Amino acid sequence: MSSGAIMRRKTIGFLGRSFLFAVTSVAAVAVFAIILFIARDALPFFRDRTSLEFFVSKSWYPSHTPPQFGAAAIFFGSFLVTAAAVILAVPSGVMAAICLSDILPFKARQLVKPVIEILAAIPSVVYGFFALTVVAPFLQNAGEWLPGNIEIASGVNALNASVILAIMALPTIVSVSEDALQAAGRELREGSYALGATRSETLLKVVIPAAFSGIFSAVLLGIMRAMGETMVVWMASGNAAQIPKPWYNLLQPVRTLTATIAGDMGEADQMSGSAHYHVLFVMGLCLLLFSFGCNIAGEWVVARQRKKLRGE
Amino acid sequence: MKGSLLVAGLVACCAVAQAQDKLTLDGSTTVGPIAKAFAEFYMRQNPGVNITVSESGSGNGAKALLNGTCDIANLSRNLKDAERKAMEEKGVKPVEHTVAFDALPVIVHPSNRVKGLTLEQVRDIYTGKITNWKEVGGADQRIVVISRDTNSGTYETFKDLVLGKDNKILESAEYTGSNGGVRQRVQMTRGAIGYAGLGFVDRTVKALEINGVAPCAESVVQKRYPISRALFMFTNGEPAADTLAAKFIGLSKTARGKEIIEEIGFVPVP
Repeated sequence: MSSGAIMRRKTIGFLGRSFLFAVTSVAAVAVFAIILFIARDALPFFRDRTSLEFFVSKSWYPSHTPPQFGAAAIFFGSFLVTAAAVILAVPSGVMAAICLSDILPFKARQLVKPVIEILAAIPSVVYGFFALTVVAPFLQNAGEWLPGNIEIASGVNALNASVILAIMALPTIVSVSEDALQAAGRELREGSYALGATRSETLLKVVIPAAFSGIFSAVLLGIMRAMGETMVVWMASGNAAQIPKPWYNLLQPVRTLTATIAGDMGEADQMSGSAHYHVLFVMGLCLLLFSFGCNIAGEWVVARQRKKLRGE
Repeated sequence: MKGSLLVAGLVACCAVAQAQDKLTLDGSTTVGPIAKAFAEFYMRQNPGVNITVSESGSGNGAKALLNGTCDIANLSRNLKDAERKAMEEKGVKPVEHTVAFDALPVIVHPSNRVKGLTLEQVRDIYTGKITNWKEVGGADQRIVVISRDTNSGTYETFKDLVLGKDNKILESAEYTGSNGGVRQRVQMTRGAIGYAGLGFVDRTVKALEINGVAPCAESVVQKRYPISRALFMFTNGEPAADTLAAKFIGLSKTARGKEIIEEIGFVPVP
């Protein structure tokens, strides 16, 4: 090979590597830029308002004079809706993944998995529309024939939002968990059978523990999906900035962080740099930090699990 | 020397052109959309005319007229006595032009037995003092309070005309992002109460009589319907008929102007 050809090949290799590096950098830099800009617009809020009011007070009256920015009820709304969605979606999602990976025949799995994944492709505003026009009237009428004749005055409430969020988180949980269970491998399962374990013992004591870190990641992704979803909660949760009475009452409307940001953005005056504008960025920053926390926790669990599997 | 003369001449020309082809409006965020739609329409009809509309609130609009920084002040209320006095002292003669009316019907589910409420009852429902329809002559049913989001001019109007300055909407009230959304929630929810622009009331919801008056264009124009108000544009002195300001305000009396006002959801002046 001539030296010219070698040079050319080296140059092309260098250019290729540079290009890939640049593309990767864009993603990394974008993350830092987002944090930086959100923090820059969030911090001025605490210049003339206390964090105590923001985190402890329940009075959210941003348009009143003087305005009140107590976000405790909104934080609780986000928590309640997310927690309920996780409680609904995680057990069913993980069980569905186990069923797909180890119980259903191969052909059925090939049919069912894409159908579940279609759920992830539906735009969230369509889910919101569904929540508003189908789930809400259904819930309102459901109260009458429930035991105890519970009065569900408004079908637009925390439960409605949670149910829809659970459906939206399902495909992520099912798909990622199923991949983790598959990755546990045939050898592991056959080894277990060879030792005389039954199918259920193999599943519960060998396959699921082996796939635990993957299932955990799936659950985290599902939580983040539910926490960050905006359009559906804006349409289905009722947006009342209150802590339900009693607090676990899912049949009352609540307001979430994401819906507050979406709903108030137009009103908050950017030019005059009002507290209302900055408080929305504080909420954005809190959501971002929460996602970061989830990610780091996920990494940590996965790393620990890997160590354990290697027998260290 | 020659050059500077030329520049001076150009500047003078520009100044004259500006005085005739430029109009500055400031004030209410409620009247703002009308002014903006008028400006868009007028500038399309008369290229070369430059109309700027700012929305800094009624109070700031009055201030701008006082300081001469705007030609027309948009107000969603009449001038306060203090504002009139300040203008008088400065030699500004405010002239009011009613351009439209703004009204908010209060709507409930069609099956609701309640025909009408007093303004006080509506306020008590929205502040949480009345929580059951039986307290106002309806069925024994919890009231579901639905409001527009605090982002909207509709909310501002409701706050000004019904709640008053110091009252807050109860914290369990639901917020919806559009007038259509409010109507849709009320259609589906038996115990619901909501408010929306006059253009959004149809047969699927029931508009309540307030203090015995049903909301309609007629009762609004006659100033009998309580949750309504006139929207004003104020000028310094009556503008001469051929000025831009007079033509601009005059749009509200033309057929197209009335159409624009209706499209935005207000009631035109007959």
